Amino acid sequence: MSIKLKALLKSPWVFHLSTGSCNNCDIELLDCLTPRFDIERFGMVLIGSIKHADVLVCTGSVTRKCIPRIKEVYELAPRPIIVVAIGECSLSRGMFIDSYNCPVPLDKIIPVDVYVPGCPPKPEAIIAGVTKAIEKIRKSIKEKK
Amino acid sequence: MEMILYFILFGFIVSTLVGALISWIDRKVTARLQYRVGPPLLQPIIDLVKLFGKELLIPKGASKITFLSSPIIGLVGIAIVSTLLCMINIWPEKTFFGDLIVVIYFLILPSLSIILGGIASKNPLASIGSSREIKLVLAYELPFILAIIVPILKSGLTIQIGQIIGYQAANQAIAWSLSGVLSFIVILLCIQAKLGLVPFDIAEAETELAGGAVIEYSGPALAIFKLMKLMMLFVLPFFMSIMFLGGLNFTGVGAVKSLLGFLLIIVLIIVIRNTNPRLRVDQALRFFWGPVTILSIIAVILATRGL
Repeated sequence: MSIKLKALLKSPWVFHLSTGSCNNCDIELLDCLTPRFDIERFGMVLIGSIKHADVLVCTGSVTRKCIPRIKEVYELAPRPIIVVAIGECSLSRGMFIDSYNCPVPLDKIIPVDVYVPGCPPKPEAIIAGVTKAIEKIRKSIKEKK
Repeated sequence: MEMILYFILFGFIVSTLVGALISWIDRKVTARLQYRVGPPLLQPIIDLVKLFGKELLIPKGASKITFLSSPIIGLVGIAIVSTLLCMINIWPEKTFFGDLIVVIYFLILPSLSIILGGIASKNPLASIGSSREIKLVLAYELPFILAIIVPILKSGLTIQIGQIIGYQAANQAIAWSLSGVLSFIVILLCIQAKLGLVPFDIAEAETELAGGAVIEYSGPALAIFKLMKLMMLFVLPFFMSIMFLGGLNFTGVGAVKSLLGFLLIIVLIIVIRNTNPRLRVDQALRFFWGPVTILSIIAVILATRGL
């Protein structure tokens, strides 16, 4: 594995994008930063600008108004970028599945690497999800070799 | 040839490694104060390596040359300061006339590069960050220079860093006098603002400006800004240690004493950072031009009286 990728896996900076969520998943995501879970020990930091990000974390049912914005944010992100979908809403729209305002789930708009189900998922589940993303990249590189 | 070797060794390697260590200590202590575990030892270096491997994006409509050259301006500025300070601290006879003025000038370059980069990136948040940085520079430069006059007066009106170190080696450290203590406090606050740490992280306020002036930077350009910040984390406390505690020396009991002094400055910076909320820009300006400037003027008056 190259040094570049090793470093990427050891310091994934997380950008948080809410695509019309009820705030529950967002609060659970912020819980990951608290002393009990402390994702900084894996080198993860929550940052404010998509230009600095390595992981794009999306929460919420993808509303019609949000779709162009999600595409734009995804295009702004510097490559390589990992997309993590958090919560039942962004996976399959949850209880909003029949809503006129939520036409498609998130993975029909941008490629999603990891899915974390739950309404809302526990912070443990979110951390496990991001670790799985890292494992996935590691495996795909080994297979290429 | 010799100078190039010093520039690479002291300017980049020493300051990066020590700066990374100090940055790790800062993050670890912050984490421990909040009952967290904190990042592993190599985290600052890993962050830098990762950023150098990412994609570099230039925003549409930005001024390309200014956008890409401004991180390098800041990096070179701080590297030159680091070279000069390390060289003069190890061999005080290498000092030259007016090197203190040179150091003060080059210490402004990192702030200037952040301002330039923010304005060039054509982002409204970056422009606000740059304008706040300009106000902050205006605020802290006056008390900073006033407080540096104290060591100059104490060591007999010399503007050579080597002679200031020599004076403190022959007599006592400048911080062991009333005017010295006052100007030490002033410089500590100014350094906090120069480093852009809480409570003076107004320019890159993560929660309101989302990164501020460096919001549009990504990949290698952001890595150079981060490297500049790492190096500043070593260079500014080192500059303070030279001016007020006689610099670092590497022989006998003095080595322990000078190292403890250097650590004291870093611990003070970390404690201030962890116990204060962010100020508004007008509060910062009022703070620096009000109480801090008055304190530094009192220090200068006391220094002329020989206290």
